[in-house]
Amino acid sequence: MTLDPTTLVWFIPLLPFAGFLINGTLGRKLPRPLVSAIALLFTALPAAIVAWLWNAMRGTDSLLFTAGVPWISITGFQVDFVFAVDHLTLIMLAVVTGVGFLIHIYSVGYMAHEEGYWRFFAYLNLFMFFMSVLVLAENFLLLFVGWEGVGLASYLLIGFYFKKTSAANAGKKAFIVNRIGDFGFLLAMFLLIVHFGSLSFVSVFATVAQHPEWHGAHFLTVIALLLVVGAAGKSAQIPLYVWLPDAMEGPTPVSALIHAATMVTAGVYMIARAHVLFDASPTACAVVACLGAATAIFAASIGMVQHDIKRVLAYSTISQLGYMFLACGVGAYAAGIFHLLTHAFFKALLFLAAGSVIHALGGEQDMRNMGGLRTRTPITFWTMSAGIFAITGVPLFAGFFSKDEILYRTFTAPGPLPKLLWLVGLVTAGMTSFYMFRLWFKTFFGEPHFDEKAELHEHGAAVHLHSGTHAVMVADHDDNARGHAVHESPWIMLLPLVLLAILSFIGGWVGVPAALGGHNEIESFLAPVFANPAAPEAPSTGSHGLELALAAVSVLVAFYGFYVAYLWYYKKPGTAAVLAERAEPAYAILSHKYWVDEIYANFIVTPLLMFTRGFLELIFERGVVNGSGKASGTAVRGLAWLERTQISGNIRSYAGWLALGAAAVIAIMIFGRAVWMHP
Amino acid sequence: MQLALFIIFGALALGGAVNLLLQHHPIHSALSLVVVMMSLAVLYWSLGAEFLAAAQVIVYSGAIMVLFVFVIMLLNAGEEEHTHGSRAAYTVGIPGAAAIFCLLSFVFLSERDALGSVNIGGSLSNAADNISELSSVLFTKLLLPFEVTSILILVAILGAVVLARKEQ
Amino acid sequence: MVPTAYYLVLSAMLFSLGIAGFLIKRNVISVFISIELMLNAVNLTFVAFAHMWGQISGQIFVFFVMVVAAAEAAVGLAIIIAIFRTRRSLNVDDIDLMKS
Repeated sequence: MTLDPTTLVWFIPLLPFAGFLINGTLGRKLPRPLVSAIALLFTALPAAIVAWLWNAMRGTDSLLFTAGVPWISITGFQVDFVFAVDHLTLIMLAVVTGVGFLIHIYSVGYMAHEEGYWRFFAYLNLFMFFMSVLVLAENFLLLFVGWEGVGLASYLLIGFYFKKTSAANAGKKAFIVNRIGDFGFLLAMFLLIVHFGSLSFVSVFATVAQHPEWHGAHFLTVIALLLVVGAAGKSAQIPLYVWLPDAMEGPTPVSALIHAATMVTAGVYMIARAHVLFDASPTACAVVACLGAATAIFAASIGMVQHDIKRVLAYSTISQLGYMFLACGVGAYAAGIFHLLTHAFFKALLFLAAGSVIHALGGEQDMRNMGGLRTRTPITFWTMSAGIFAITGVPLFAGFFSKDEILYRTFTAPGPLPKLLWLVGLVTAGMTSFYMFRLWFKTFFGEPHFDEKAELHEHGAAVHLHSGTHAVMVADHDDNARGHAVHESPWIMLLPLVLLAILSFIGGWVGVPAALGGHNEIESFLAPVFANPAAPEAPSTGSHGLELALAAVSVLVAFYGFYVAYLWYYKKPGTAAVLAERAEPAYAILSHKYWVDEIYANFIVTPLLMFTRGFLELIFERGVVNGSGKASGTAVRGLAWLERTQISGNIRSYAGWLALGAAAVIAIMIFGRAVWMHP
Repeated sequence: MQLALFIIFGALALGGAVNLLLQHHPIHSALSLVVVMMSLAVLYWSLGAEFLAAAQVIVYSGAIMVLFVFVIMLLNAGEEEHTHGSRAAYTVGIPGAAAIFCLLSFVFLSERDALGSVNIGGSLSNAADNISELSSVLFTKLLLPFEVTSILILVAILGAVVLARKEQ
Repeated sequence: MVPTAYYLVLSAMLFSLGIAGFLIKRNVISVFISIELMLNAVNLTFVAFAHMWGQISGQIFVFFVMVVAAAEAAVGLAIIIAIFRTRRSLNVDDIDLMKS
C-alpha cells in the first residue's frame, strides 16, 4: 500500500475525535451496541495506523513530519499545527492506542449497566484524541493543547458519576491541582518564546545544541524547572500528587487508562521530549531525580497501609512515576520510557483486574472485606498475579527489567547523590513488593470476609457506588432476579486482562540488558531520540558484573517484601493489626497520608476561600455588582414615578407639554449653534 | 400686485384661523378651515405653485374637508361642552405655542434680507410650466415614493373601512 | 415685492394658531381640524422656500404632505367614529383610558 504516512498521521487523533462527536451528539439516542461499536472502531483504526507506522518507520530513524497548518503567525513568532513522529512518539502512540483499545473493550463489559454509557465512551474518545495530539505534537504549544485537553477529559471522567458529591469534588480537585502545574508550564513556554523566539521542538533543541556554552546556564535551568512544575502536576509528583488518589472516584477503566497508563505519563514524556534542555541543566536534572525518588518512597509508604484496593494502586502509580522521574533525572531517558511502557502494561492490568474483583464482589472495594477469591475468580487471580509479579520485579517479568535498568543507571551516575537515590529506590522497591503482595494475599487468599450467602445480584449492585466499607446493594431488580454467588467477570472483561497479562510477562524482553544476555533493543530504538551531541557522554562507571550484582540485590529486597507480607497476611493474618496498634504514631501518620490533604486544606484552601468570600465577594460581588444593579433599579423606579404623574390620560395636557417641548427644541436649534460655536 | 394678493389673502387666512378657534360648533370650525385653505391656494398660486394651488382646492378643501363635514353630520356633533379637563393645556401649552411663534418669527424676521423676496412667476419662469416640471421629477427620480404613496392611500382606505365598520 | 420672510411669518402664525386650537378645543373633530390647519401652515412654508430657492423639491414635499394628510384624515375620522360608537361622546376630556 502506498499510503502516504504524513496524511495517515492526521487520522490518529482525528478518528477518536470523530467518535467523540458522534457519540457525544447522537449517542443518547443510539442503541448501546452501536455506541460501543463506534467507540471501538474509532479506537481500533488509530491502533492499526500506529501498527502500520511502526512497520514503516522501524528501520529508519528519521523524523516524520506532517505538513504544517499555520496557527499563530505574527512577526517574530510563529506556531503551526505540526505533527511529528519519531521513535519516542511511536512508543507512546503504541501505548496510547494499544492499551487504550484494550481498555475500551474492557469498558464495554464493565460499564454495560451504567446510565450515561454513551457519555462515557464519548469522553474516552475525547481523551484519546487529546492524548494523541499531546504525543504527536511537534511544538510546545500543541503539546500544551493536548495537555490541557487530557486534563479536561480526566475531569469529565473522574466526575462521571456526577450525582455523587465526592466524585464531583474529586474531578474539581484534579483539574485545579493540574492547573497549578500548568501555570508552571505556561511560564516555561513564555520564557522559551523570550529566549528562543519559537516553541517548535526542532528549532529550540537545535539552537541549544548549537550553543554548548549554555550548559548550566541560568535561564535554561529556570525553564527546565518550570517544566518540571508542569510535569509534577500532571504526573502526580510531590507536592501536586493529591489529586490522584481522589481520582479513584472515577470508573475503574478510567483509572486504568488515564491515571495509570497514559495521562499521568504525559509529564514523563514531556521531560523526555525536552531532554535537550535538561541535559544542559544539571541542577534541573538533580531536582527531577530527587523529586522522583522522594515521591517514590513517600507514596509507597502511604500505599502500605491503605485499605481500598484502588487507593493502593493509586499510590503505587505515584510511586512508579517517581521511578520514571528518577530515571530522567539521572539522564537515563530510555530507561524511563522503558519503565513507562512496562508500567502501562502492568498498571493497566492491575487496575482492570481490580475492577474485575470489585465487579465480582458487587461493588466492594475494601480489602478487609475480601479474601479467598483465588478459587472463585481464577482468571482474574492469574492475570492479576502476572501484574503483581511484574510490578514487584520478579525476574523475567516486565517490571524486573525496567526497574532494574533504572536502578542500575541511578547507581552508576556520577557523584555521591545518585548512590543515595539508588538506596531510596531500593527501599521503595521493597515497599512496593510488600504492599503489592499484601494486596495479593488479602484479596485472593485466606478466608473470605464478605458474606458469601448474600444475594449479590447480577452485575451487582452498585458497581458504581463504591462507597468503600461494605457493598451497597441498590441494584434495580430484574424480574427474574436471583442471587448469584461471587462470579467471574464476563469474557469481554477478561480478554483484555489476559492480553495485558501476556504483555506484562513478555513486555520487558525488549529491554533485556547486555549483562543478562540480551540486546536491549529498546535502548537502541530510542538512541537516536536521546542522542545529544552537545552533552558530553558521561563515562559509564558500570560494568556487567555490577549490573548483575545490583539486580540480585533488588531481587533479594523484593523477596524480603514478599516474605514479610506472607508472614503478616497469610501465615498469621492478625499480625498486621497487632503491629499497627503497637506502632500507633507511625501507623497514624501513614494512614492519614501524612496529613498532606489537611495541611493543604488549612494553609492554602481556607485562606484562599476567606479571601474570596470575605474580600472579593463582599466588596465586589455585593458592593459593586449588586449595588450598581440596585442603584439602576432605583433610578428607573424614580423615573417611572415621575412619569406616572404625567400620564393623566388627558390628551390636552399631553398636547400642552408637547407644545412646550417643541418650543424648547426650536429654541435649542436656533440658539444652540451660537452657543456651541462660541468658544 | 404681489403685495395686494399677500395682504388680502393673508388676512383672510388669519381671520379664518382665528374664527376657527372662536367657534363653538365644529361645523363652523370646518367651514372656517375651508376659507383658510382657499386663501392659501391663492397664495400658492402667487408663489408660482399652480399645480399645488389646484390640488389644494380639489383635494384638500374639496375632498378632505367634505369628509370632515360628512363625519360631523354623521355623528351629529353638537356644540362643544364646557369641560375643563386639564389645566396643563392652558398653563403650559399656550405659552408654549406663543413661544414657538415668537421664536420662529424672530428667526425669520432677523434673516429677512437673506431670504430675498417673492416675484410672481419669477424664478420658475424658465421652466416649461409648473406641472410638467413637477411631474418630470415625480415620475423619474421619485417614482418609488410616488408608487408607495398610492399603496399608502390603499392601506388608509382599508384601515378606515375596517375601523368604521359597524360591529355585527 | 413682498419679502419671503413675511410669508414665513404668516405661516408661523397659522401654525401657532393651530397649536392653540389643539389645546383649547374640546370637540375631537375640532382638534382634528386644528391639526389640518397646522399642516397647511407648513405647506405654505415649503412653497415659499421652493420659490425662494428656485427648486421644485419644496413643492414635491407639499404634494406628499397632502397625500399623507388625506390618508391620515380618513383613518383618523374612522377612529373617531369607532370611539363615538362606544362612548357616545365627542369630548376630548372623556377619552382618558390611559389614566394610570
